[in-house]
Amino acid sequence: MPGAAGRRAGCRAIPVKALKLEEEHSVSVNPREAFILELQDFLMEITQKDGVCGYESGIAAVIESAFSPFVDSARKDNLGNLIFFKRGKREDAPRVLLAAHMDEIGLIITRVEEGGFLRFTSLGGFDVRVLPGQEVTVYGSETVHGVVGFKPPHLIREEKKGKVVKMEELFIDTGLPEKELRDVVLPGAIAALKRDFITLQHRCRAGKAMDDRAGVAVLWQCIRELHNIHHEANVYLVATVQEEVGVRGAVVAAFGLSPDVGIAVDVCHGDIPGAQEHEVSSLGKGPAITSGPNIHPRIAERLLATASDYNLPYQKDFSPGPTGTDARAIQVSLEGIPTGLLSVPLRYMHTTVELVDMDDIKAAGRLLAYFVTGLDSDFMETLKCS
Amino acid sequence: MLIKELSQIPGVSGDEAKVRSFIKEKLAAWGIEHYTDSMGNLYAYNEGRSKKEGRGLMLSAHMDEVGLMVSSIEKSGQLRFYKVGGVFENTLVSSAVKVGPRDVDGVIGYKAVHLQKKEEREKPHQVDKLYIDIGARNREDAEKVVSAGDYVSFATKARSSGDLIFGKALDNRAGCAALLELLGRKHPAPFCAVFTVQEEVGLRGAGVAAYRVNPRIALVIETTTAADLPDVDEHEQATIVGSGPALTLRDDSVITHRRVLERLLEVAEEEKIPCQFRRFTGSFTDAGVVSLSRSGVLTAVVSTPCRYIHSPVSFLNAADWSHLVELVSAFISSVDTKGLEP
Repeated sequence: MPGAAGRRAGCRAIPVKALKLEEEHSVSVNPREAFILELQDFLMEITQKDGVCGYESGIAAVIESAFSPFVDSARKDNLGNLIFFKRGKREDAPRVLLAAHMDEIGLIITRVEEGGFLRFTSLGGFDVRVLPGQEVTVYGSETVHGVVGFKPPHLIREEKKGKVVKMEELFIDTGLPEKELRDVVLPGAIAALKRDFITLQHRCRAGKAMDDRAGVAVLWQCIRELHNIHHEANVYLVATVQEEVGVRGAVVAAFGLSPDVGIAVDVCHGDIPGAQEHEVSSLGKGPAITSGPNIHPRIAERLLATASDYNLPYQKDFSPGPTGTDARAIQVSLEGIPTGLLSVPLRYMHTTVELVDMDDIKAAGRLLAYFVTGLDSDFMETLKCS
Repeated sequence: MLIKELSQIPGVSGDEAKVRSFIKEKLAAWGIEHYTDSMGNLYAYNEGRSKKEGRGLMLSAHMDEVGLMVSSIEKSGQLRFYKVGGVFENTLVSSAVKVGPRDVDGVIGYKAVHLQKKEEREKPHQVDKLYIDIGARNREDAEKVVSAGDYVSFATKARSSGDLIFGKALDNRAGCAALLELLGRKHPAPFCAVFTVQEEVGLRGAGVAAYRVNPRIALVIETTTAADLPDVDEHEQATIVGSGPALTLRDDSVITHRRVLERLLEVAEEEKIPCQFRRFTGSFTDAGVVSLSRSGVLTAVVSTPCRYIHSPVSFLNAADWSHLVELVSAFISSVDTKGLEP
């Protein structure tokens, strides 16, 4: 999700009979367990790779190789959106766009300071308070390891105490001497935050860029499911670029593909202490299905019904205006595209410890696949507003 | 590499057992005599080549690091915590931690920037509003793997890049590594090395260690703040990374003994070892309690400069550390040949 504008509000957990999920400590790995372990490995791989807004080619390569075995074709458009096509059983069947953004928030170097320090500004919306003490990778002519530096507490002047340091006052410290650093890093270089993939209790996993690599993992799960299911619809799966700086990749992806239906897959705020109930969705209770002006009512209804029919866990989410997701751009593309939004609940958005539940990703991927199989001409008729 | 290995071990003040075990294993493997006291201080002896008796030299380095302690487990399964020692609070959010004896992984997050009001974003985080998330479903679920009272350390992987070593707890695992390095060498004179506990919560371990060892001269080996950073005036930079080990003139706990300081400067010059003064006179070290032990100990502090101590990731220059080892080694020889009187 990008900046604060158009933030989706709220959800309520709908108690549904959840699929009985495998216990994680089973001795022998059954096929379903292996399926989710593969999904976890994929999520780990794509959250360890960097892909800051506008600089997504590295992450795109990893995603492409993982999707390729399951699709008919892969290509990139002019902005770098990575577009996979999977043919349906009927050529004249509906064409559906499934979009998840592959970019992550990051930093861009503005100046190499005397003494060998790098000043920066952000690509995407940071809470500047999370930056001091973070490890980063700077992409100069070589990659350089660094930390976001800060003054030791005893040097913080009285008038600055109790205040948050501004981004302009922060710097990346690589420890390299100035001359050596200038040979490698120029203004304009990109820096990505660094965090190992963290395995928490049950199926909770944490790391950086889960927003929205979790969504990319949903698409991957979906395409793996579709591999074994009959579907008429022609499916475009797109890993979009530059979502975090204002939902930009999706604008041209939707135009270029001109789909009959578009579904954005993103993350939404997970439940944390102190948050208001309407602001968050619970982790582990399935993906959130959004309703509101940004969403075609029939699409939301169909997603809800599909989840119900297949006994998949889900939650409802309501957004009073344009959402901060690719759905925002897709809906108003061309002559208007009926659009839906499916979100993975995620805690601590835009930190390097974004926390998700693997079961939500799996359920979202499966729901998306069943939604695709249900797309037929009868359903398409219902999308016309009478 | 010793520093990196030591850096990754959790060892918050009062919970130094894992660091102690690591050091003991090394000592045992090298056949070095050692024992521990009831607080957890670890003592090891280097016999030296000469058989001089009497009150001798003590070298010490603290094993503990700053960290957190679980104060309670909420109904939701989230862990509230206390600070243990002077953790720099502004680096807690967006960090990864290890909780309790089982090293359970956890994260410290915060409400997403999207959900914060402007006023909220403009205030520094309050520690009592933060919590650790281990992914537990509720309190009962969390209690299966962690308990209130569990110690919490940062989960930072140590890494090196050229001469630089990045990691948590370099304050003062770099000092522990230096002591180990010195213990592994042959010296002309004997000394007692003490790996102390609980420095970060008020120099608690070093006092009883000094009482037990009863040294005449003590060198406290530390890792100290380097503030050679943008927008910091030269005189406030404390120490500079890459300019050699730092000698303390005074801090809030000790005035370095003049004779010891002079001797350190002398051997540094003789051996052409770069060193610098620590140009910051605040904060406390084990030297404070060591120097006041029994009827007084001739005490000095030598430190490896390190940026961003007391945070999830700090870094130092391995050359500074090597120079510190050489300096202390030369000091041991010098005390043996020339003696050192107050």
